[in-house]
Amino acid sequence: MSTRIFGSGIKRREDPRLITGEARYTDDIKLPGVLHMAVVRSPYAHANIVSIDSSAAAAMDGVVAAYTSEDIGDGLAGLPTAWLIPDSDLKTPEHPALAKGKVRYVGDGVAIVLAEDRYTAQDAADAVEVEYEELPVVVDPEAAAQDGAPQLFDDVENNIAFTWVMGDKTASDGVFNTADVVVRDKIVQQRLLPTAMEPRSAMAQYNPATQELTLWCTSQNPHIHRFIISAVTGLNENKVRVIAPEVGGGFGSKIPCYPDEALVSWAAIKLGQPVKWTETRSENYQITIHGRDHIQYVEMAANRDGKLLGVRATVYAGMGGYLSTAAPGIPTILHGLLYVGPYTMDSVYCESIGVMTNATPTDAYRGAGRPEATFLLERMVDMVAKRIDMDPAELRRKNLIPAFEDGYEVATTLIYDSGDYPAAFEKAIGIAGYDDFRREQAEARAEGRYLGIGITAYTEMCGLGPSQVAGAVGFQGGLWESATVRVTPTGKVQALIGASPHGQGSETTLAQIIGDELGFPVDDIEVIHGDTTETPMGWGTYGSRTTPVTGAALAEASRKLKEKARVLAAHLMEAAVEDIEYDDGKFLVKGSPDNFQSIQDVALMAHLAWNMPEGMDPGFEESQFYDPPNFVYPFGTHIAIVEVDANTGDIELKRYIAVDDCGPQINPEIVAGQIHGGVVQGIAQALCEGVIYDDSGQLLTGTMMDYTMPRADMFPNFELGETVTPSPHHPIGVKGVGETGTIASTPTVYNAVLDALSPFGVEGIDMPMTPAKVWQAIQSA
Amino acid sequence: MQISVTVNGVVQERDVDPRTLLVHFLREELDLTGTKIGCDTSQCGACTVHLDGKALKSCTLLAAQADGANVATIEGLAVDGEHHPMQTAFWENHGLQCGYCTPGMIMATTAFVKDNPGASEEAIRHNLEGNICRCTGYHNIVKAVKQVADAAAGGD
Repeated sequence: MSTRIFGSGIKRREDPRLITGEARYTDDIKLPGVLHMAVVRSPYAHANIVSIDSSAAAAMDGVVAAYTSEDIGDGLAGLPTAWLIPDSDLKTPEHPALAKGKVRYVGDGVAIVLAEDRYTAQDAADAVEVEYEELPVVVDPEAAAQDGAPQLFDDVENNIAFTWVMGDKTASDGVFNTADVVVRDKIVQQRLLPTAMEPRSAMAQYNPATQELTLWCTSQNPHIHRFIISAVTGLNENKVRVIAPEVGGGFGSKIPCYPDEALVSWAAIKLGQPVKWTETRSENYQITIHGRDHIQYVEMAANRDGKLLGVRATVYAGMGGYLSTAAPGIPTILHGLLYVGPYTMDSVYCESIGVMTNATPTDAYRGAGRPEATFLLERMVDMVAKRIDMDPAELRRKNLIPAFEDGYEVATTLIYDSGDYPAAFEKAIGIAGYDDFRREQAEARAEGRYLGIGITAYTEMCGLGPSQVAGAVGFQGGLWESATVRVTPTGKVQALIGASPHGQGSETTLAQIIGDELGFPVDDIEVIHGDTTETPMGWGTYGSRTTPVTGAALAEASRKLKEKARVLAAHLMEAAVEDIEYDDGKFLVKGSPDNFQSIQDVALMAHLAWNMPEGMDPGFEESQFYDPPNFVYPFGTHIAIVEVDANTGDIELKRYIAVDDCGPQINPEIVAGQIHGGVVQGIAQALCEGVIYDDSGQLLTGTMMDYTMPRADMFPNFELGETVTPSPHHPIGVKGVGETGTIASTPTVYNAVLDALSPFGVEGIDMPMTPAKVWQAIQSA
Repeated sequence: MQISVTVNGVVQERDVDPRTLLVHFLREELDLTGTKIGCDTSQCGACTVHLDGKALKSCTLLAAQADGANVATIEGLAVDGEHHPMQTAFWENHGLQCGYCTPGMIMATTAFVKDNPGASEEAIRHNLEGNICRCTGYHNIVKAVKQVADAAAGGD
């Protein structure tokens, strides 16, 4: 019996080019005669543009051209918003590639300059003189929605871009009016900077003879970029080729199509020369989307015996100066639908108000709406526990949905696919040694040491998702994926996928799926992605969807090939198809193990086509479009143990336990890596990361000197455990795991810190819980 | 101005704009794009190279300051196609995901381990404060560096 490649933590196939510096990211690619673009950006958060004088810039040595919105005219359409959530009175104000008459956040582009090298381009951008007339500024989404607030757009009254409601208000009110206990809190989900380590970059080249535009860019979804670039430039979609070469992380920030990608495209067409733009980190922090930015008023109702009854919230979600590509869907569909979490709770109500503010546009950031939902739930559960004087683990245990294997409908209308929440919960509790910890905690307190424990039980929806659902919720695209498994005559595999991984290790994971289905050695399988001309259509890599959706397409395409191979092998061996058995890449005649055709033999014979069964086409290649019948719902329990130094407010994370269930793990090392990274991103929200704007809309956390990225010495080694509950609707049972860490870890650590501080009576601390804030909270409690 | 820098063992003589940063000299002039730029403020460490054997951030040095020096970049780390033990350790321990911080991480940690064979996990974590990774949560990077540090101590 051979060892299955599925489930094996093999080394990643993408790493040799990455550890040697040979990988080529967008900015690493050079074209002869390339011009560098720099963008003149507004230093004001809200202002009218009185005049722009680029004559001095244009006259500089090495400068080729300078353009404003007026020069572009109707050469570029505005950037579209592509998630038009229904029944929400959604307004989609124009988002021009360069500001027209008015700027709406610090970093809004007002002009571009093109020069022969990047230093000159930056000098020239600095030489463009822009006169502004400052306008009043609002950056707080709740304040922006009030009467009398500064207005960003004439046609967006009170800056309210949408109001999305989920649930029955009367029914919800009824539950809250009669519940034994109602807890409430104002939760601020601070703005975060996604900070993919590779800044965004775009380079365009236009061939006037063929009228073809090639755009290399940092994209999580090159096919969506092609679609949008075609729409804004007016070029036919089949004349636009988008290539996402090596991409250095995204975390959602490389989903949207930004003005910069449109501008390099326009300039390359206009000038007939290739044009490249690469943002600096300061530019990245100003213009690449931010995440979160919710002000939430949340309540939870419960009975005195600990039965959770319902949750309701009013959310003010900051959208920034323009509506980014997927922005309206994040604090609504991807948020409210998670309000039940893993609990048997029957009443949910959410009113989410999307508000334009003089700040960088927000959009999907790792977890995208779901961390903000999980946090409020887990915060509320801990508050209920405290109110009714029940242990928070006991309260969760009492309310977890019991194990189910095939569908469980919850009050948000979602049908969870499968879950065994109690199993993951008890496993995490066991690893943590929860009861022992409570004893240790009591002893420590007696010595004046403040230990705390925090627990998060979660489930989330990912593997986005059924296209019919996408349509029903206003997503302006499908959410299926397609893939082709192409086998060469010599038995080597090219797997072409529409999705576009950028660090997830999918070239390895997906090769393992194909290897497992067909028996090719993984080293003989290349997964090809990131080029709209080379690969079949796909909607991209985000929402923890590539393994579940693309993986399913590849598994199905492989199975089609296997069927073809079985029939051809039978024919070649003059046996009946029913007598053919498959074992690890070999098709054998039952009862005579020496009589077999390998998958490579079959591939060759299918290509030669010298001796085919009647009706069988030559070649050895299959494609599959896969539209998932449901989302997938990974789940788990995370536990953190912290110690707070009451004298300094310093928080030490002593242990972190993560038990996650993403179904069968194709590559456990890669799964663990996803969890490690996600957990750190989520913990960083709790402890150190947070965007700060001043009242005039200046971004004070505009560099890595000012924005606290998590460092290695903040963390212990993580303790991971898993349970395995296959998805019933998926060809290989797998669920996504890209976002679970980020979704679960923020409330886990937050609750642990508050648990540590409970002797002081601290009720809450706005994130990030920096030592200064913790110390202040202890002093003023 | 005219400079002469030995990069990965090859003498490179060039006429550069005096303000040219070393990282841009490597990337633009020599096409050694393995060295990355991840910030403007010397926090992220993606641009780390060795200058006369010391790990330094090439975004904070002018190319002119490297005149006459020996510079090693990620491209020069493998010898005759054999990965450096740190490259192997990153690969074996899944110490990278998107790979963008990796060249800087590897250059920084090879220099660290050379000076600190047998370094403790705590020392490794502390020393990584000048290199930022957004993907891995550092867990497996620490594991990789520990593996090499332990082997280095064993070899003494």
